[in-house]
Amino acid sequence: MTYDATFRVWRGDDEEGEFADYTVPVNEGEVVLDIIHRIQATQQPDLAVRWNCKAGKCGSCSAEVNGKPRLLCMTRMSTFLDTETITVTPLRTFPIIKDLVTDVSFNYEKARKVPSFTPPPGLEPGDYRMQQIDVERSQEFRKCIECFLCQNTCHVLRDHEENKPKFSGPRFLMRIAELDMHPLDTLDRKKAAQDEHGLGYCNITKCCTEVCPEHIKITDNALIPLKERVIDEKYDPLLALGRVFRKDKAKKG
Amino acid sequence: MLSPGRARIPQKTLRSDRWWLLPTVTVIVLLSFVVYATWRAFEGAYYYASPYLSPLYSPCLATSCVPGSTDLGTPIGSWYVLSPALLILVFPLGFRMTCYYYRKAYYRSFWGSPPGCAVAEPHKKYTGETRFPLILQNSHRWFFIAGLIFNCILTFDVIIAFRNPEGQWGHMGLGTLVLLISATLLWFYSLSCHACKHIVGGRLKHFSRHPVRYRLWTLVSRLNSSHSMFAWLSLFGVAFADFYVRCLAADWFTDIRFF
Repeated sequence: MTYDATFRVWRGDDEEGEFADYTVPVNEGEVVLDIIHRIQATQQPDLAVRWNCKAGKCGSCSAEVNGKPRLLCMTRMSTFLDTETITVTPLRTFPIIKDLVTDVSFNYEKARKVPSFTPPPGLEPGDYRMQQIDVERSQEFRKCIECFLCQNTCHVLRDHEENKPKFSGPRFLMRIAELDMHPLDTLDRKKAAQDEHGLGYCNITKCCTEVCPEHIKITDNALIPLKERVIDEKYDPLLALGRVFRKDKAKKG
Repeated sequence: MLSPGRARIPQKTLRSDRWWLLPTVTVIVLLSFVVYATWRAFEGAYYYASPYLSPLYSPCLATSCVPGSTDLGTPIGSWYVLSPALLILVFPLGFRMTCYYYRKAYYRSFWGSPPGCAVAEPHKKYTGETRFPLILQNSHRWFFIAGLIFNCILTFDVIIAFRNPEGQWGHMGLGTLVLLISATLLWFYSLSCHACKHIVGGRLKHFSRHPVRYRLWTLVSRLNSSHSMFAWLSLFGVAFADFYVRCLAADWFTDIRFF
């Protein structure tokens, strides 16, 4: 079945921009990215869109469809009414390059600030041995395809540009949680999570989880457990007292 | 939203679905509970209908508590003249206020931070939970422990509700069932809590060295996935149990006795 859909696509750059309307044929089984490609092929050859795998695994085609952060290649046309006008805009949290393409380098800068996996001294790659139950909790976070939809949706970054230097966003707090839960990682990452990556800015409203195309439970399984670990370290007087006693014992011992 | 370099899209949101419905319903339901609970807490009457004690007034610790409602004694004494509920409600209130689920619910619906995902929030500045007073949200685990003590007391109330109004054991009425459901839901709400998940095993780095705690963590994690449902159901359970006891105490109707 083919029908003509009405698309409103944001066109512009960092200086100006506006919505442009297109009427495009839609075939059964197509996704929004197919339609954007059809507009590009038949009406607007200069329409910019970033894409790669078209299988929901590369995280390149992140944009907003009818105001919701989505992967264009995973948004089926069958989820819309034939009569509906479909609005496609670029990610709103990052600087625009052109049309639907944004500059997501903020995320790479934040990624560089998370110290990499640090095994015990003397343990060489290839000698890592660990139990499955010790690693499976953090394996969920390895499903991340770095589409940065969570970063785009998080209101701490989206609505407050001034927070960008202080807050790394859900993707990288999840990375810190992943490493902190790793059985062979030796760094204590809790203090840095709070002080350098701004975990306290997160008010756990779960939008990152809602938009994750890999269905990672970012808030429940990464951010809240990380907050609880930070509380152990910084805000729990009983545990702090326990640490003092342990240190005293160790000194005497 | 319109920061330099970003796409110049003036609309606060382009969402075409009914994103406002859930926060609106949350405001209505939570406000209704707050109004009802505040009225009941200050009412200071109709909270005991032998053998049932309203969960909003349990434990009743002041000398002014009605006869029969002070199974745990009256350590507060006679100097206290306000409603006995005001002595204890800070603990369950604190538990719910600092709960990770309720935080999400009221940040979104009452404070609009954000009102919906990808919907612009109305505030110019945002510091999250980095400073006073919201940094106190980190006290959730202490309220969780207080909540467990309250659950034990409310479970005791259920046990002593297996009596008739004259105090003889081996009886049960509809009120017993109402208190039993309310207490059970509170246990599910507490045990599915994120702080509970962390305490039983979440803080460990090596589950393999702590098999019992790993098993507990797995069980709590399973409950935790329904934490929001337990949060709402337990809230309704407490409100309904209190309302039922009030109806009995005010002689609006009599308890249905099963045996």
